[in-house]
Amino acid sequence: MKRVTIDPITRLEGHGKIEIFLDDRGEVANAYLQIPELRGFERFCVGRPVEEMPNLTARICGVCPEAHHMAATKALDAVFHVDPPATAKKLRELFYSIFFATDHTTHFYALGGPDFVVGPDAPKAERNILGVVNKVGLEIGGQVIKMRHVGHNLIQLMGGRRVHPNWGLPGGVSRGITEEERREIEAAGRDAVEFAKFSLQLFDKLVLKNSEYVALITGDVYVQKTYYMGTVDANNHVNFYDGMIRVVGPDGREHAKYHPKDYREYVAERVEPWTYLKIPYLKKVGWKGFVDGPDSGVYQATPLSRLNASDGMATPLAQKEFQRFYEVLGGKPVHHTLATHWARLIELLYATERWLELASDPAITSKDYRVLPKEKPTEGVGCVEAPRGTLTHHYITDERGLVVKANLIVGTTNNNASICMSVRRAAQKLIKGGQIREGLLNRVEMAFRSYDPCFGCATHSLPGQMPLEVIIRNPAGDVVERLTQCLD
Amino acid sequence: MSQTQGKGKLALYWAASCGGCEIAVLAIDEKILEVAKHFDIVFWPCATDGKVRDVEKMDDGAIDVCLFNGSIRTSEQEYMARLLRRKSKVLVAFGSCAMEGCIPGLANLNNREEIFQTVYEETPSTENPKHLVPQHETEVPEGKLYLPVFYDSVFTLDQVVEVDYYLPGCPPEAERIWDAIVAILEGKLPPKGSVIGADTTVCDECPRKRTEKKIKKFYRTWEIIPDEETCLLEQGIVCAGVATRAGCGARCPRVNSPCIGCYGPNAGVVDFGARLMTALASVIDSDDPQEIEKIIQDGIPDPVGTFYRFSLAHSLLRRKRKLMASAMAGQ
Repeated sequence: MKRVTIDPITRLEGHGKIEIFLDDRGEVANAYLQIPELRGFERFCVGRPVEEMPNLTARICGVCPEAHHMAATKALDAVFHVDPPATAKKLRELFYSIFFATDHTTHFYALGGPDFVVGPDAPKAERNILGVVNKVGLEIGGQVIKMRHVGHNLIQLMGGRRVHPNWGLPGGVSRGITEEERREIEAAGRDAVEFAKFSLQLFDKLVLKNSEYVALITGDVYVQKTYYMGTVDANNHVNFYDGMIRVVGPDGREHAKYHPKDYREYVAERVEPWTYLKIPYLKKVGWKGFVDGPDSGVYQATPLSRLNASDGMATPLAQKEFQRFYEVLGGKPVHHTLATHWARLIELLYATERWLELASDPAITSKDYRVLPKEKPTEGVGCVEAPRGTLTHHYITDERGLVVKANLIVGTTNNNASICMSVRRAAQKLIKGGQIREGLLNRVEMAFRSYDPCFGCATHSLPGQMPLEVIIRNPAGDVVERLTQCLD
Repeated sequence: MSQTQGKGKLALYWAASCGGCEIAVLAIDEKILEVAKHFDIVFWPCATDGKVRDVEKMDDGAIDVCLFNGSIRTSEQEYMARLLRRKSKVLVAFGSCAMEGCIPGLANLNNREEIFQTVYEETPSTENPKHLVPQHETEVPEGKLYLPVFYDSVFTLDQVVEVDYYLPGCPPEAERIWDAIVAILEGKLPPKGSVIGADTTVCDECPRKRTEKKIKKFYRTWEIIPDEETCLLEQGIVCAGVATRAGCGARCPRVNSPCIGCYGPNAGVVDFGARLMTALASVIDSDDPQEIEKIIQDGIPDPVGTFYRFSLAHSLLRRKRKLMASAMAGQ
């Protein structure tokens, strides 16, 4: 049997690799996504004071530390049985919206976007952020850098630091904002909404008006008919910061809607000996292997999933885009994984509208941003939507508030099975009779990339080009062909 | 990237890290172009090309400066540390993980079996009736799959190879990264083995008012709403600023949160935890050893996690010393 190894960051670097096995006819027999690293937070958080969790668990991922910081902070509210004042909730959601907008911008312009803005078959040296800038112009490239710069600075202003904030506490946050700071954040929010609108227009112009791209998105290579998970508010609208977890089936019907504290009734994780990353699935449906369909517990938790699992967006401009999304793609749910890029931009617009809305509220500068807990710490679950999926932190403490048990289901982990399946499907469609078609590398990479996998939450893959290497070996393990796709 | 003569050769690498150090490098914004003016970036898996093969082919010492972030936890990471040491004239332990183990270094309070047991058996959502754990080698129907070996301990970079300089911080602030790059460019590096950074403490850059510190109780952060002007330690909050190297601009105290020590020990301090403990003991308003002990026990229920939050892997306290080889093999 032939073996094709795809190492996102080459063989020895330990950041995730894909093994594809070909049968004797040269057809794809199976594909495995392997995560070659573990850090063991769930073990060494035991014994630590629970109030340390927002800071300790932020170190799971330096790309989305805000998500871990916030999920842990919300878990602390639950552990201490304290309800933060309205101002604290507004401040947290504002901070979180700024983070979301900044993170989604990075993905669209630096990671996922190049495939569409520059083109999936464009020379590899152009398929990166610099290629995007060349295509859209320096002025817009400057706006992208500015958007990220401003976002990071506001995160620092509110949370203390650009990377790894130190701000969340049970019952609120450590510091509020002044009127002057509010105005600064509001002004930046106004620019951010314009930036998000522009980004959607760009997607319209470059992608939706290009029939080839539309065919790629709606074709049969990038399809997974799985369950979809996302957090919704009281109106079943998408929310990143708080709400109920809603899961819909491949037919779009509601499978479950539950409070985060009940996650164990709905989600289980399995262990495979060939990867350090566990594989979550829907418990009530059950694990049926790496297959899609209504009988398989495989689910996705992505921007596309959040749209599929909701009835709409809570802000007016994003809601219009939501409606158009499903009109163009033929109704809910959408199973085309590449449409995740479009969904991400709709979420970007929502995040910026939310940012502006919250920053425009003069009451947000109230000093009432924190209450002290009055009850003894026990147990609590905190959930937020990380950009890459539903994030769950669960802590059980002793009477002194020392952690005795910690459980973490991180954004990308939710999608572990689905990413494996997407990669296998792309490989099956593209590799025929042992022939590795031109463009395979980037096309397989695109299957992987639509999930925006952040193995920082497992290992780490980051902004920038993700170099790929495909090694084809004969059954003896000798290399018979080597294809690389890197910036040379 | 073309390799113009006269330009230095720069490499950046991540081992067991969270990616925050890479984000911090990117946060120098447009100055990255200035870096590119003076250096050919010959290896930076995160942002450009990531071919290990090319590094293997380089002459020993071909890389002028390698900024290495992340600690060493697996066989692959150890290989990369050794390879980049050989190929680099100057190897910098970049950020807290590489320098002192950082928060993931707290994993050294447990061994591999305990970590596997918790993660793959005991966590509440895990269903593992067959008691499977990841293996170095697994037979699947189509062939064999391999994973790197997960070591029994987290190692700092200088526990694996010789390190020339250290850049502290979790992550280093973008401004300090730029300062270090300028020092490298101008050839104004301190003696080998030094930390590139300030020799003052976070207290020196903290705007809070300090008077005499005399406290009868340490508060957990959820027990007190501190005022925004006064020194946090004076208010009984365990703030690590007094033992921590300056460089961040006291960012956490500025948002009313205590310093957690991510910039590592101040200049001249060998053991961060010992230094912080001494500093805390000295502010307690008591001469009675029993009372002092009680105040510490009540307010600091997790001394190891508090005093060695970032530095356990590198501390004098490091759990029972083992021969490096046996620990790496996970024996």
